[in-house]
Amino acid sequence: MNATAYNFAYLDEQTKRMIRRAILKAIAIPGYQVPFASREMPMPYGWGTGGVQVTAAILGPGDVLKVIDQGSDDTTNAISIRKFFARTAGVATTTSTGEATVIQTRHRIPEAPLHSGQVLVYQVPIPEPLRFLEPRETETRRMHALGEYGLMHVKLYEDIARFGHIATSYAYPVKVNARYVMDPSPTPKFDNPKMDDCPALQLFGAGREKRIYAIPPHTRVVSLDFEDHPFTRYRFDAPCALCGADDSYLDEIVTDDRGSRMFVCSDTDYCEGRQAAGHRGTESAAPHKESAHG
Amino acid sequence: MVTVAEMPAGFADKVLSAQSTFRSVMDAMARPGSVQRIHAVPGTPAPMMRGTAAIALTLFDHDTPVWLDKAMSATADVGKWLKFHTSAPVIADSAASAFALVGNPHDIPPLDRLALGSNEYPDRSTTLIMQVDSLHAGPAWELIGPGIDGAAVLQATVPANLFDRLAINAVLFPRGIDVVLVHDDAVVAIPRTTRLAAHGA
Repeated sequence: MNATAYNFAYLDEQTKRMIRRAILKAIAIPGYQVPFASREMPMPYGWGTGGVQVTAAILGPGDVLKVIDQGSDDTTNAISIRKFFARTAGVATTTSTGEATVIQTRHRIPEAPLHSGQVLVYQVPIPEPLRFLEPRETETRRMHALGEYGLMHVKLYEDIARFGHIATSYAYPVKVNARYVMDPSPTPKFDNPKMDDCPALQLFGAGREKRIYAIPPHTRVVSLDFEDHPFTRYRFDAPCALCGADDSYLDEIVTDDRGSRMFVCSDTDYCEGRQAAGHRGTESAAPHKESAHG
Repeated sequence: MVTVAEMPAGFADKVLSAQSTFRSVMDAMARPGSVQRIHAVPGTPAPMMRGTAAIALTLFDHDTPVWLDKAMSATADVGKWLKFHTSAPVIADSAASAFALVGNPHDIPPLDRLALGSNEYPDRSTTLIMQVDSLHAGPAWELIGPGIDGAAVLQATVPANLFDRLAINAVLFPRGIDVVLVHDDAVVAIPRTTRLAAHGA
């Protein structure tokens, strides 16, 4: 049931038109940040106001929405946004990556491969990859205009000089379609290769910073690196304690105050899917106890 | 007795028709060369096709100056209809337009007379919406670029020199012109990143 006081999917039609025009230009210029007139949303900045506006502008009654926060369908942020659209747009929601047509995400790309019928909407805090290197918008804008990204390479080089390797582990800069350097939002660099040649459309919304950008399907996305220090993924060297997966991105969970810890999949849908298929990890409950829960 | 010609209607359901039309255009832009269908059916002032009319109702408003070619502005119908339904200003200077509507694809203005954006703001460029005779028959055009898995083949009746003229997109990138081709309810997008790989008969 739609909340009757609001338009379909909350935003008014004039706002949707403005966002939709920005999305089309963002797709036409892959990796370029299109300024848009971001609105106040009924949630604080940092909770995905940009992603929510993009989702509201594209969502239709036939869509199936999934929302994840750090890979999880079960956190406050993910549940709130899912309920928000279930209420204002009446759309079906799911936790299954495969069944969703629109996936709004904070800081992860699902483990299951995406397909061409899907749109992945990222919540972005700081869209400008050069912002911490150059605070002036006029200067970063000119650097993008000229394709001048030496500063970013210096930053990665300084990582190597100081730590012996590229220590940037999240929001790892990428080059889109051999032109624009882009911030993939604070996803772990483990997820960067999934953006390359992805069959799904990827849209990015930054509410406070008022920017929308996009990666069309099947677009070349390269993580910046050096010939002698190639890009590498990173994951904890352990299997998931619940499903035994040795290929998924893991969260570290501290279990007591004496240094014990366990590693579990950050992608809850992936982990639950594997457990349902019979995979077990070291911390899984015995099968007979699980079945007692129904 | 005076009869007043009735203005063709807009969308019956403004909200959901605009949403479904936008998704078709978004899919077209994300997958250049693929033919997408527009399901919403608004009234159309001649010589506007229903796909063009639906796109206008979905994307145009007081923030988007619109330029019309000679075919579209031959009578006042299109201008009046746009003004009534979308509030979009119809302007004579194509270089200031957010959208250019072309009814006669053989008479498009020189592309440098449209807004190409700046290197700092390449998004401030004209989207050219062009009505063509067919998007399922005609010469084959093999396209490559972002959004296309390998190569896409578009069969369409477009002016023979269209892709020659769009070659400025490769030179000027990130500045450029994004093109949306419309025939009836079918729509195909050629964003500025799309390149012609081969031209078959």
